[in-house]
Amino acid sequence: MTETLVQEPGAQPVEPSRPSGEPLLVVDDLTKHFPVRSGLFGKTGLVRAVDGVSFSVRAGETLGLVGESGCGKTTTGRMLVRLLEPTSGKITFEGKDITHSKGGGLRQLRQDMQIIFQDPYASLNPRHTVGRIVAMPLQVNGINPPGGVKKRVQELLELVGLNPEHYNRYPHEFSGGQRQRIGVARALALRPKIIVADEPVSALDVSIQAQVINLLRELQRELDLAFVFIAHDLAVVRHFCQRIAVMYLGKIVEVGDRTAIYERPAHPYTRALLSAVPDVTKMGASGRIRLEGDVPTPLNPPSGCRFRTRCWKAQEVCATEEPPLTIKPNGASAACHFPEDGAIK
Amino acid sequence: MTAPASAPKSPETTDTGAYLRVSDLRVQFPTEDGVVKAVDGVSFSVERGQTLGIVGESGSGKSVTSLTIMGLHNTKRARISGEILVGGRNVVGMSEEQTRRLRGRDMSMIFQDPLSALHPYYKVGAQIAEAFKVHHPNASKSEAKKRAIDMLGRVGIPQPARRADSYPHEFSGGMRQRAMIAMALVNDPDLLIADEPTTALDVTVQAQILDLLEDLQREFNSAIIMITHDLGVVAQVADDVLVMYGGRAVEFGSVEQVMRRPQHPYTWGLLASVPSLHGDAEADLVPIKGNPPSLINLPTGCAFHPRCRYAGRNGERSFTDVPELHQVKERGHLVACHLSEADRTKFYAEDIAPSAGVAQ
Amino acid sequence: MLRFITRRVLVGVVTLIAISIIVFGLFFAVPSSPAKVMCGKNCDAASIAAVETRLGLRDPIAEQYTSFMKGIFVGRTYAEGTAFEQRCDAPCLGFSFRNNEAVTSILGRTVPVTISIVFGAAILWLLIGVSLGMISALRRGTLFDKVAIGISLTGASMQVFFFGLILLYVLVYTSGILPFPSYTPFTDNPAKWAQGLILPWITLGFLNSAIYARLSRAQMLETLSEDYVRTARAKGLPLRRVYTKHALRAAITPIVTIAGLDIGASLGGTFITETIFGLRGLGKETVEAVSFLNLPIVVATVLLAAVFIVVANLIVDVLYAVIDPRVRLS
Repeated sequence: MTETLVQEPGAQPVEPSRPSGEPLLVVDDLTKHFPVRSGLFGKTGLVRAVDGVSFSVRAGETLGLVGESGCGKTTTGRMLVRLLEPTSGKITFEGKDITHSKGGGLRQLRQDMQIIFQDPYASLNPRHTVGRIVAMPLQVNGINPPGGVKKRVQELLELVGLNPEHYNRYPHEFSGGQRQRIGVARALALRPKIIVADEPVSALDVSIQAQVINLLRELQRELDLAFVFIAHDLAVVRHFCQRIAVMYLGKIVEVGDRTAIYERPAHPYTRALLSAVPDVTKMGASGRIRLEGDVPTPLNPPSGCRFRTRCWKAQEVCATEEPPLTIKPNGASAACHFPEDGAIK
Repeated sequence: MTAPASAPKSPETTDTGAYLRVSDLRVQFPTEDGVVKAVDGVSFSVERGQTLGIVGESGSGKSVTSLTIMGLHNTKRARISGEILVGGRNVVGMSEEQTRRLRGRDMSMIFQDPLSALHPYYKVGAQIAEAFKVHHPNASKSEAKKRAIDMLGRVGIPQPARRADSYPHEFSGGMRQRAMIAMALVNDPDLLIADEPTTALDVTVQAQILDLLEDLQREFNSAIIMITHDLGVVAQVADDVLVMYGGRAVEFGSVEQVMRRPQHPYTWGLLASVPSLHGDAEADLVPIKGNPPSLINLPTGCAFHPRCRYAGRNGERSFTDVPELHQVKERGHLVACHLSEADRTKFYAEDIAPSAGVAQ
Repeated sequence: MLRFITRRVLVGVVTLIAISIIVFGLFFAVPSSPAKVMCGKNCDAASIAAVETRLGLRDPIAEQYTSFMKGIFVGRTYAEGTAFEQRCDAPCLGFSFRNNEAVTSILGRTVPVTISIVFGAAILWLLIGVSLGMISALRRGTLFDKVAIGISLTGASMQVFFFGLILLYVLVYTSGILPFPSYTPFTDNPAKWAQGLILPWITLGFLNSAIYARLSRAQMLETLSEDYVRTARAKGLPLRRVYTKHALRAAITPIVTIAGLDIGASLGGTFITETIFGLRGLGKETVEAVSFLNLPIVVATVLLAAVFIVVANLIVDVLYAVIDPRVRLS
């Protein structure tokens, strides 16, 4: 698989032709800056939460957005589903510019694009029955499916592995994993083409997490759903996503397919991230890349390459020149002046 | 493995055995809905310089166990029996004042979310100094402050003298957890209980904190209990592993034994359901079916039987008898399962070992 | 910190200006012409016009507002150059429509009454209410807790006029333990001042302390379940220190906010209490002025109430920042 290649902010992503045709979702140089007040009369600074992010997702494709807290992955997800207004940049869905869509256009978009949240409990209204929760998107959009709303809802419940007879129960009667299933059923109600999933399994117990991951994988395959899967857990992302974009301080530092990212990552940050994951197959802490310090503040990100302050390969050029995303030997695009090569141990 | 290097603090702890010895601990909370059997007959021990990993999901009893050791449970509501020997002193039945004297000095604890665990209104340095001063009443204010700054430096906080005057919200997540660790270690405790210390942190920061704990353990030679749901963390830091389910210990052994030759179907389930960075990414995970049990109304027999693929393979005992921990062929490796060892070896080799996440 | 306070003061000033504009609009919002009200029943068009000119009601609204504000800060002269010329020194809030008494002098008479009632009662309710609530929380489930909850439930569900009248009946009419409430300025005779106000203090104080007991109990219970309280115990701190140093400070923060706003709002007038005990305070004065459409007084009292609330808010904000360092940042 070839990669989206972005030379500089503003450049059109170079999308390789594929039989399936046009990409479903194209994100071009998206930024989100939050103003913060610091001085007496509001001398404002800018938190560059997302700072020039471009990627695309094809129909039926799963893209993982990974990175540590504050890297901008959640902000990006919120902009995709139009819960946040982008500062600049462009989001195109099925060839239509949806960056600033409102009203009817937005409602139409919500049918095709849905979001699943991290906390399954907080995102379900405790006073509504499961049936009502799952039916809500249908009603809001005035859709009356053949056979009636109730039938459709029960189909959906069954689809996500819940008992359709639990239609009249309330969210508190379900366990965490089941609640996340309810959230998934609600997201599927309108037969979306793409789902933005923001840390959908990180609040669940390990044994339950696997159930939900398997469910999402199954649905993805059966319904040919595209996913933007936002998560901090690299192992979970590896199991779910064909393509992975690694974010650091508001920028994508590397994007490529699973093998490239997990086996031969080019960006030092990707390597560090992977080596930091405690893995059950590895005993002890041998051979780990130790990153020093914390992620710098997005209020005042480092010049040049943003990762340079923590990078063991950083040289002078890294401070002066921002590396563009270019194709590296592993087949992925990475933004690094001194990319790594070779498989990781 | 490692003999205690530091001089024991009190005469009772001169024996070379385990610093912490928990035997047949039971903790129950009577509620309106019934009695919650949070911990139901758990035994284990930890030596100085060693790390015990306690693994389990929510409701497995792992956190209650640690709070009970520290005497931080609700003393009025909990019914506790069994024995908890901390350096030879039984904490069960001790008065609040007596346990208080041990807390923070002989045993201390760090928590999952360092932001909520640190007091938002007090400076970080002052909170650490307070922990020192309460057990060193003769120390002056400036001595305590100096000690706090020293500790902040030792846990890797840059410019500790300046950062001591910061408030917790001015720290990053990793720095806060470092500060918590500094506070926990300020009195050189012999036992450190870490309750999910890295769950709220990012992976690279988690790696830093785990490394730090290891370094500090070498330096202070304390016994560490690492409570976590993350088998990866356990694999990395633990010497011994205790797997808990439904308030009981279901498997115990060295990290090598439990991770590479797991014996209990629940441990298998955990290992097979964890996504890994290795192995076949396309293969489905093998989850444990169902949900963790309610501690008020535990399933009869083996509490895991409703979720176990192998329940009933060895007669009906799974449904009626609670399996006791017993030694398998390998020394020091204990399991509470009705399956015969031959069956376990066979099922493991056939069903579990090939799937992702299990150490080859 | 200084920056924080400066910003809050500026916000307060802006709020007050906005309120003054709205309040001033009252002059024009009322259906009846102020001049008509002032002039009385048998009034012809000519005398209404004369009154309007005297009060400056014929000037453009913006000009009237400026002279009103000018009156507050530097004083003004009504109907300058005519036979009705009347000087009004700063702070000028105009004259009562009824007896032409300067509004400031009316306020000077009534405000101390309300302030005396409110501060006395506030000290009572804070002392009793908060300590009762805190002790209840620490002894949760004990007899003390249950009794305290019972009392505070009774108190919280009772009305001022009911409880006040009972006290009046029992302590004044039947037993004669206390004299009928009256107001003596503190500076004249502190003992008499206190004696005359003790009944309203008890009434307001008891009812509010019931509410504050419930509030502080809930706050304290919540704080006791916080992680940092557990940390304080894990450090080996004695329980008393855990409660006083770690829990109390956090639990008290929201109470400070609510108390500040409550006191600020009460200073605007405690009409029912004042009426029951026959005390002529700000509340009673306001209600009377409203029923007589005595606009200068209404405007002045509403404005004063707004000043009290804004100032109370400011004090609360500053206290909050002193207690909670996280507030200082934003």
